[in-house]
Amino acid sequence: MLTNRSKQVVKKEMTIMEKAYLPAIFSGMLITFKHIFMKKATVRYPEQVREFAPVYRGQHVLKRDEAGAERCTACGLCAVACPAEAITMVADERKKGEENLYREEKYASTYEINMLRCIFCGLCEEACPKEAIFLTDRIVPSTFERNEFVYGKDKLVEPIDQRVDVTKRQTPAVLEFKKDKKHKHNRTFLDKVLKPSNKH
Amino acid sequence: MDPLLFKAILVVAVFGITLIVALYSTFGERKIAAVMQDRVGPNRAGPFGLLQPLADGIKMFMKQELIPSVSNKWLFIVGPCIAMLTACMTGVVIPWGGSLTFGDQVFELQIADLNIGILYLFGVVSLGVYGIMIGGWASNNKFSLIGAIRASSQMISYEIAMGMAIIALVMSTGTLSLKEIVMQQDAGLANIVYQPLGFLIFLVCAFAETNRAPFDLPECETELIGGYHTEYSSLKLGFYLFAEYINMFISSAVIVSFYFGGYNFPFQHELGLDGNLLTIVQTLVFFGKIFCFVFFFMWVRWTIPRFRYDQLMHLGWKVLLPLALFNIFATGMVMWGMGKL
Repeated sequence: MLTNRSKQVVKKEMTIMEKAYLPAIFSGMLITFKHIFMKKATVRYPEQVREFAPVYRGQHVLKRDEAGAERCTACGLCAVACPAEAITMVADERKKGEENLYREEKYASTYEINMLRCIFCGLCEEACPKEAIFLTDRIVPSTFERNEFVYGKDKLVEPIDQRVDVTKRQTPAVLEFKKDKKHKHNRTFLDKVLKPSNKH
Repeated sequence: MDPLLFKAILVVAVFGITLIVALYSTFGERKIAAVMQDRVGPNRAGPFGLLQPLADGIKMFMKQELIPSVSNKWLFIVGPCIAMLTACMTGVVIPWGGSLTFGDQVFELQIADLNIGILYLFGVVSLGVYGIMIGGWASNNKFSLIGAIRASSQMISYEIAMGMAIIALVMSTGTLSLKEIVMQQDAGLANIVYQPLGFLIFLVCAFAETNRAPFDLPECETELIGGYHTEYSSLKLGFYLFAEYINMFISSAVIVSFYFGGYNFPFQHELGLDGNLLTIVQTLVFFGKIFCFVFFFMWVRWTIPRFRYDQLMHLGWKVLLPLALFNIFATGMVMWGMGKL
C-alpha cells in the first residue's frame, strides 16, 4: 500500500430507500437548487478585472531611462537565460547623434519576444544587467493570428510619454543600487551632460 | 369573425409561441445550467444575453451542411423533418385557455377539441420515434444506429407505462378529451390529488419520452458522440435539438393539463373578472405553470447523472409498469368502493 488513502470496496445490497432513487434524487435537487443563490465564481473579464498580485508577471516592457533613451544594450543575456527560447535580438552600433535614443554604444535594432513561447518566468528580468526588461501587470491580449504574438520593439519598448510603472517588481535593493551613480550604467544621458565623466 | 379565420390565427399563434418558447428554452437551459454550477452563463449578446438564442440560430444557419456520401440522402433529410413535425403537431389538442367572446361569437382557445384527444396525443408522440429512428438509420454510422435503437426501445418501453398511467387517469375522469379533463378540474380538485402515483409515473415517462436527462441515452455524448444526430450538421441538427425543446414545452403543457388543472387556478371565479379578461389571465397562469415544469425538466437535467442502459430498462419494465398496473387496480378499487363504477 503506497498511500493510506486506499479504501476497501464494499459491495453491499442497496436498502429499499436507496432502491427507490427518489429520496436521493430529491436531496440532490435540493443541493443544486441551493447553488442557484450562491455567489458566482465568474469574473466578468473585460469589465471586471481580477486583482493581481503586486509581483504579477505579465507582458514585458523594454524600459527607457529618465532621459528617454533605451536601456537595452543587446547583450543577449536575457535570450540566454530564457528557458523557453522566446527572445531573439539583433545588435547594432549606435551612430553619432543617436545618444538621446540609445543609452549605450550598442543597442538592439530588433528585439522580439514570442508571447506564445514565453512562460512568463521572469528569468530575463533577473538576467538583465541594465534594468532594461521587466515583466508588468499587463495581460498579453489574444488575437486570431499566430504571428501577431511575436512582439517586436514597437510593442515592447515603452513610449516616452506613457511610461510603464514597474516599481512593484523592483525590490528595495534594486532601487538602492540604481541610485548609485558610481556605476556607469546607472548614469543617464543627462547626468553625463551635467557632470562629465568622473573617473574612478 | 369567421370561425375558420380565428382557427387559422390560433394555429399560427400557437405555432409561433411554441417556437419562441423553445427558442428561449435553449437560453434558459444554458442560464439554469450556469447558475446551478455557480457560473453566470451567456450574458454577452444583447442585454443579459437575451439575444443569445438568435445568435445561436444564425450560427446554425451559417454552418456548413454535410450529408454523408454513404447515407440514404432522402431519409437523411426526412428524419429531422419528422422530428420537428411531430413535435409541433402535439400542440393541437391542448386547451390554451377558456373561451374568448367577440360580440355574440364564442371562440375556444383550443385548436381542435377532439373527443379522443389523449389518443391523438399518444399517436403523435409515438410517431416522434420515427424521426430519430430514420435519422439514425439513414446516417449509416454505427453510433447513430446504436443511438437510434436505444431511442426506439426506450420510447416504446416507457410509452407502455405512460399509457397505463393515463388509463388510470381516464378511469377517474371518464373522458378522453383534454378540454373536458381540464374543465373537470375547474369544478373539483386538480387530478394530482386523485392520481399522485399516476402523476409520478407519467412524469418519469415524460422525461424518457423527451429524451431528457437522466434518460438521454439516445444522444449520450460520452458513449455515442451525439447518438442519432452524430452525422447531422447545420440546420438539420438544429431541427433535432429544437424538436427536443418543443417536446419539453408540450409535455409540460400536457402534464399541467392532465394533473395540475390546466389553465384553471384557485378562486378564479371569485375574482369577479370579466369573461375575456379571465380567459387572458387563465392563459397566462397556464403558461406560468408550464414554465415551472420546463424549469423542473432543466433542474433535473443538471442534477442527476444518466442512467445506465440496463438500469433504464429495469426501471421501465420492472418498476414503472407494475406500479402503473397497481395504480389502475387501486384506482378501480377506490372507485368501486365509492360506488362510482
